[in-house]
Amino acid sequence: MDTELIFQLAGISIVITVIYTVLKQAGRDEFAFSTLLLGIVVVLAMVIPKIAYLFDTVRSVFQIY
Amino acid sequence: MEIIKIVGLGLIVTILIVIIKQQRPELAVQLSIVAGAVIFTMMLGKINSVITLMKELAQKTNISFLYMGTILKIIGVAYIAEFGAQICRDAGEGAVAAKIEFAAKVIVIVLAIPIIVAVFDALLKLMP
Repeated sequence: MDTELIFQLAGISIVITVIYTVLKQAGRDEFAFSTLLLGIVVVLAMVIPKIAYLFDTVRSVFQIY
Repeated sequence: MEIIKIVGLGLIVTILIVIIKQQRPELAVQLSIVAGAVIFTMMLGKINSVITLMKELAQKTNISFLYMGTILKIIGVAYIAEFGAQICRDAGEGAVAAKIEFAAKVIVIVLAIPIIVAVFDALLKLMP
C-alpha cells in the first residue's frame, strides 16, 4: 500500500503553495510563477509513472492488448 | 479489515485535497488521480483471483473463452474510461468527460461485435 506517495505529493503541493504566496507577497511575481511551474512539473513527474503503472496493471489483469 | 484502511485513506486524501484545492486546484487534481490509482492497485489482488476463478468455471463448463475474454476486455475498458471521465468531471471539465465516455461506448460496441455475430449465427441456425 504505497500511500507514502500520496503524502509526499500533498507535502510538496503545500510547500509550493506557501512558497508561491510568500514570493507573491514579496512582490516577485515572476519568481513565484516560475517556482509554481517547477513544482507542478515535479508533481507531474511523480504522478505519471504511477498512472502508467495503473494502466499497465489494468491491461494485464483484464487482458486488453 | 481492508475496507477500513481504504475508507481511512480516502478521507485523509479528501481532506488534503480540500486544503490544496483553494490555492492550487491543478495540484489537487493530480493528488486525486494518484489517490484513485493507489486505491485501485490495492484492490487488484482480489480482482485477479475473481478473474482466475471465472476462467476455471469457463473451462469446466467449456464455454468458449472468446466470450469470457471479451467480457473481461469490456470491463477493463469501462473501468479505465470511468476512471478518466470521473477525474475530468471532478476537475470541472464536463465536456472532456463526456467525450471520454462517448469514446468508451464506441470501443465497447466494437469489442462486442464478435459476440453479436455469434448470437445471430446461433439464431439463424435455430430458424427452420
